[in-house]
Amino acid sequence: MAKSLINLAFKDCKKEKRPALITFTVAGDNTKKNSLKILNSIAKHADILELSFLHNCPIADGGQIQNSTYRSLKNGTTLKDTFQIAKKFKNNNPNKPLILMGYYNLIYQSGENNFLKNCKSSKVDGLIVVDLPWPENRKFAKKCKKKSINFVQLLSPTTSNRRMRKIIKDSHDMIYYISMLSTTGGKLKVPPKKILENYRKIKKINKNKNCVIGFGITNKTIKSFRNSDGVVVGSEICQEITRSLNNRQNPVTNVSKVVARLKNKVL
Amino acid sequence: MKIKKNIPLIDQHDKFGFWGGKFGGNFIPETLKKPVEDLTILFEKLRKNKKFIKERDYYFKNWVGSPTSFIKLDNLTKHLGGAQIWAKVVSEANGGAHKIYNATVHCLIAKRAGKKYIVGDTGAGYAGKMLSMAAKKFGLKCKIFMGAKDIKRQKPNCDAIRKNGAEIVPVYTGSQTLVDAVSECMRYWVSNCDTTHMCVGSTVGPNIFVKICGWSTSQISRELFIQIKNEFGKIPKKVKLLNCVGGGSSSFGFWNEFMHYNKKQVEFIGIEAGGPKKSKRHAAPLTYGSKIGILHGASQYVNQDFEGQIEETESISAGLDYPGVSPIHCFLKDTKRARYTAATDEEALNAYKLVTKYENLNPSLEPSHAFAEAIKLAPKLSMDTIMIVNSCGDAHKDKDILRQRLGKF
Repeated sequence: MAKSLINLAFKDCKKEKRPALITFTVAGDNTKKNSLKILNSIAKHADILELSFLHNCPIADGGQIQNSTYRSLKNGTTLKDTFQIAKKFKNNNPNKPLILMGYYNLIYQSGENNFLKNCKSSKVDGLIVVDLPWPENRKFAKKCKKKSINFVQLLSPTTSNRRMRKIIKDSHDMIYYISMLSTTGGKLKVPPKKILENYRKIKKINKNKNCVIGFGITNKTIKSFRNSDGVVVGSEICQEITRSLNNRQNPVTNVSKVVARLKNKVL
Repeated sequence: MKIKKNIPLIDQHDKFGFWGGKFGGNFIPETLKKPVEDLTILFEKLRKNKKFIKERDYYFKNWVGSPTSFIKLDNLTKHLGGAQIWAKVVSEANGGAHKIYNATVHCLIAKRAGKKYIVGDTGAGYAGKMLSMAAKKFGLKCKIFMGAKDIKRQKPNCDAIRKNGAEIVPVYTGSQTLVDAVSECMRYWVSNCDTTHMCVGSTVGPNIFVKICGWSTSQISRELFIQIKNEFGKIPKKVKLLNCVGGGSSSFGFWNEFMHYNKKQVEFIGIEAGGPKKSKRHAAPLTYGSKIGILHGASQYVNQDFEGQIEETESISAGLDYPGVSPIHCFLKDTKRARYTAATDEEALNAYKLVTKYENLNPSLEPSHAFAEAIKLAPKLSMDTIMIVNSCGDAHKDKDILRQRLGKF
């Protein structure tokens, strides 16, 4: 998948000597319309966009993302809506990579093949499945590859070296390193130096794989990771939507500003 | 799909942790892979370790109070006029329910793993109460995750948890019941798995937690097996073992020792929570044919909508109020070794009334579901049928609900 949009995005960032900025938003948050508007407007600043499909029993999400998820579920967002949002976004931004992220039960209920068919017709570029770890995900990851959809493998501080090698070997264009033992949106409780040490360990195993760092990345901490392949920001964005709604402000413009600020920090 | 002989049921899974090729597994975030693997290795080592078994048996006997008694309910049997009704009074165990077995074993494991903290989930509050008791006994710091709705309706158990020095973490997300408490507990473990041991309160969750819990509660049927032999000289020709099923820890423990008997001789009947009579909601995924889905790290029959969102459940009994069910019970259902049915809130309440009227027994709302089925079945069966109900919890925790619904406790 050398020519995948995800790979190209990383290449472009490397030319500019900066990490890729990856945003995470929840499909349908705070409304279906706004969710699409937010994606369209932050696409100016972000290099890759993650969009989560909803599940009401998320075992790895922190408070901010849970708030967004429940808000969106309450508004009646379905998986079908999520694919619609993805499709519309890709029609407006055909060259911007979009990754769907979520929990396996939704894929299981759709049927793997059917789910991938929907990904394909919405032009989704990649998938992150939080609760389908390696080696359980090998079969599904292969299916994704056949459809030219990137399956993003996750690594964490608890992943042993041996396991890491095997996972990296099976990975596609992007690897996601979970910075610390935490759910999403936790405060960065590990010094960036330590995180980067682990990051370099991964890069040493295969320097050609693009490895992004996520969890605990905010406006305050993002600068420390300027020399990595990419950084993911999610909870801070979800929090901004919540804040905007509480203050009766427009979440679309506010989120856009937050993402622009994040981008400036890594330029 | 078939049950193998001579291998414990908890070990009849494939290398990915699935029973019958499709129930169970490990649908967990990458961060938990290592802690789950470490726990698996440790548990497999400990269960073969004679010193550990001795230690477990010592605490089961001297602290939990094994064996719990096995009694005939003469008055109820006479009143119903059919099968003999017996009870295994597991509620006599220290703390008042079967949850003490799993809690004790988890604390012993946590000590061996060198962990200083232990966390657990709870619905009815029994799993939480027992874990807090065991944690106190073994010198571990303890946090209990509990849905805000359950905190309100199971106050006596909450008081007990706090008295044992544990912290209750209220969970306000979703339906604010057990399902959300388990999710929140897992999230906490994701963030603290380096220092903290997690005890899943039932035979649910990732594969290893199903195994540890089933291994622990099997104490119930080990005792019962001996007690039946002492009473009847052998295992009688027609035995029916009735047990309520929420997550399924007490029923699995109640049945395990009899697994390889022909079901015509020893029949297993699981009774799920049917919810209020007039409500469409229930907590009976096996009875009402829910689809297979993934919940809390394992695939199982689970109440969910067409796209895979977990549905809210409804039951008068907080301990059964769970949308999923143990993968091991899904396996027992599909292999037809056990059969499952449901009792409504009203049936459970009526059963409670009848049992307490005729017997000196005070079953909580959970086993009252099983008694409801026993009351239904007994008159249709002959006197040589031995029907045993696991009275796995004491009604003290339900006193507010019982007072409200029946006007008395």
